[in-house]
Amino acid sequence: MNNNYTELKRSAANIRKMVLEATCNAKSGHPGGSLSSADILAYLFMSEMNIDPKNPQNPDRDRFVLSKGHASPALYGALAERGFIPKEDIKTFRNAESYLQGHPDMKGVSGVDMSTGSLGQGISAACGMALAGKLNKKDYRVYSIIGDGECEEGQVWEAAMFAAHYKLDNLTVFLDFNNLQIDGNIRDVMNPTPFDKKFEAFNWNVLTIDGHDFEEIEAAVEKAKETKGMPTIIIANTIKGKGVSFMENQCSWHGSAPSVEQCEIGTRELDEYINSLGGAL
Amino acid sequence: MYKIGEKIATREAYGAALAEFGRDERIIVLDADLSKSTKTDCFKKAYPERFINAGIAEGNMLSVAAGMSTCGNIVFASSFAMFASGRAFEQIRNSVGYPCLNVKIGATHAGISVGEDGATHQCLEDIGIMRTIPNMTIINPADATEARLAVKAAIEHQGPVYLRFGRLAVPTVFDENYKFEIGKGVELESGTDLTIIATGLMVPYALEARTVLAELGISARVINMPTIKPIDKKIIIKAAKETGAIVTAEEHNIIGGLGSAVAEVLSENAPVPMARVGTQDVFGRSGTPQKLFEIYGLDTKTIVEKAKEVLAKK
Repeated sequence: MNNNYTELKRSAANIRKMVLEATCNAKSGHPGGSLSSADILAYLFMSEMNIDPKNPQNPDRDRFVLSKGHASPALYGALAERGFIPKEDIKTFRNAESYLQGHPDMKGVSGVDMSTGSLGQGISAACGMALAGKLNKKDYRVYSIIGDGECEEGQVWEAAMFAAHYKLDNLTVFLDFNNLQIDGNIRDVMNPTPFDKKFEAFNWNVLTIDGHDFEEIEAAVEKAKETKGMPTIIIANTIKGKGVSFMENQCSWHGSAPSVEQCEIGTRELDEYINSLGGAL
Repeated sequence: MYKIGEKIATREAYGAALAEFGRDERIIVLDADLSKSTKTDCFKKAYPERFINAGIAEGNMLSVAAGMSTCGNIVFASSFAMFASGRAFEQIRNSVGYPCLNVKIGATHAGISVGEDGATHQCLEDIGIMRTIPNMTIINPADATEARLAVKAAIEHQGPVYLRFGRLAVPTVFDENYKFEIGKGVELESGTDLTIIATGLMVPYALEARTVLAELGISARVINMPTIKPIDKKIIIKAAKETGAIVTAEEHNIIGGLGSAVAEVLSENAPVPMARVGTQDVFGRSGTPQKLFEIYGLDTKTIVEKAKEVLAKK
């Protein structure tokens, strides 16, 4: 990629708008951690991954597992932005008639590679896909996003051991380090830090970036691809609620939906941001 | 393959079957540091490149298996029944059952016949636990012949399967002509006064009980029920209508297992007197398998007693 990331910034803002639309209409859901991972998702789905909405089950495609499955509004936003699902379906999120479940359901949503929602399990499934890729002699890569609070789950560290033991260098995991979980700051609830030293000790290639800076996201993904013999964790420093002024760094927005009025305010902010980017569309 | 009367553990037949059918390159076998006990080491010797040791981390193993199966692989994940169904329950429920993935759980060392290791390792609740998960198929083979056929059927079946094997060498009941089909019970012996429905290593005891009852002038039908889910409703209802009384026999807590499954079918379709042979909602203890069968009433004598009880209620 050699642009100034305008297209990606626009996509990320569109994803954020869909996060607001989805959670507002559902009157529930998890906007905070969806907004913090929107830039990573935009990069993966709009630029990096070898995926095709017309052939979503291609055995050679890159895989993505949203281990922090509660950020489903952002994943659905990315899938809609990439053309896997219609954008008009976003407003049906969490409705009994909709296929857009509260947490991702691989059986119902084109482009979802793994059903997730129970924390700690997605990263293990991603390990399975990566090892299967090696056993089946496929060149695809596997991407996953885990949460910082999610790292309090023991299974994350079982998976970390497994990925390093089997030298899963086709696996890249983003850690959405937004500092907040439902009950407060992660350091107050159950401190899972330091992440870098832990993953280093588990024999991972550790990279730390600003998770809202596309240049840094891209550089880290490229470094991960060049790294052989070990999996890569990209510790992405992020802001919970990023892009919507009144949601930023507020843990109360972990699992509560914006009102119609709040949704309008947030959407306006994002539209203004999109307009400030200039260019077409 | 196996000779009638030959004593061989179903876990042995599991390992041998994995090696036998393992030439299918889609098959991957995972184990959690117990390959010598679960007998997946038979597969490991034959196909080392497709054997993956997940270490002592059963939860991760089941989710890894789920991820692998999304890539077109048929994945066996093996551990002791206690840790497969207990420790990894939620991974099986959410990562395997909910997306209905092609993962086969090879659970060995089920039941009290684990013996000397004691209560922590004697899994008597796995059938009950697994039965509550939608999309799950549960097979509890009676002998080596059936275990081999169950592995083959599990490979051919699309979706999750829980295979329940034992540690103890048990007599082979079926020869090479035995037909196994998922979801089908098998009438082993005819009878008119009552029916004994048995699963797993209780099948030989059920057959023995039939002989004892015959000497008392009681005609007992014997049904082998290898698949606990989906349960063969037809054969249960037919037995209830034709014989009017049912005794179930399983190496499992009477809560949640075969007895519960049969009771559900009977109460909704053909209520008849019934009794459940199994552990009576208690934990096990260390001891030889034979001694434990005696203590916990998993034997011919108990089946005969329960048969008389249900006959008295007819």
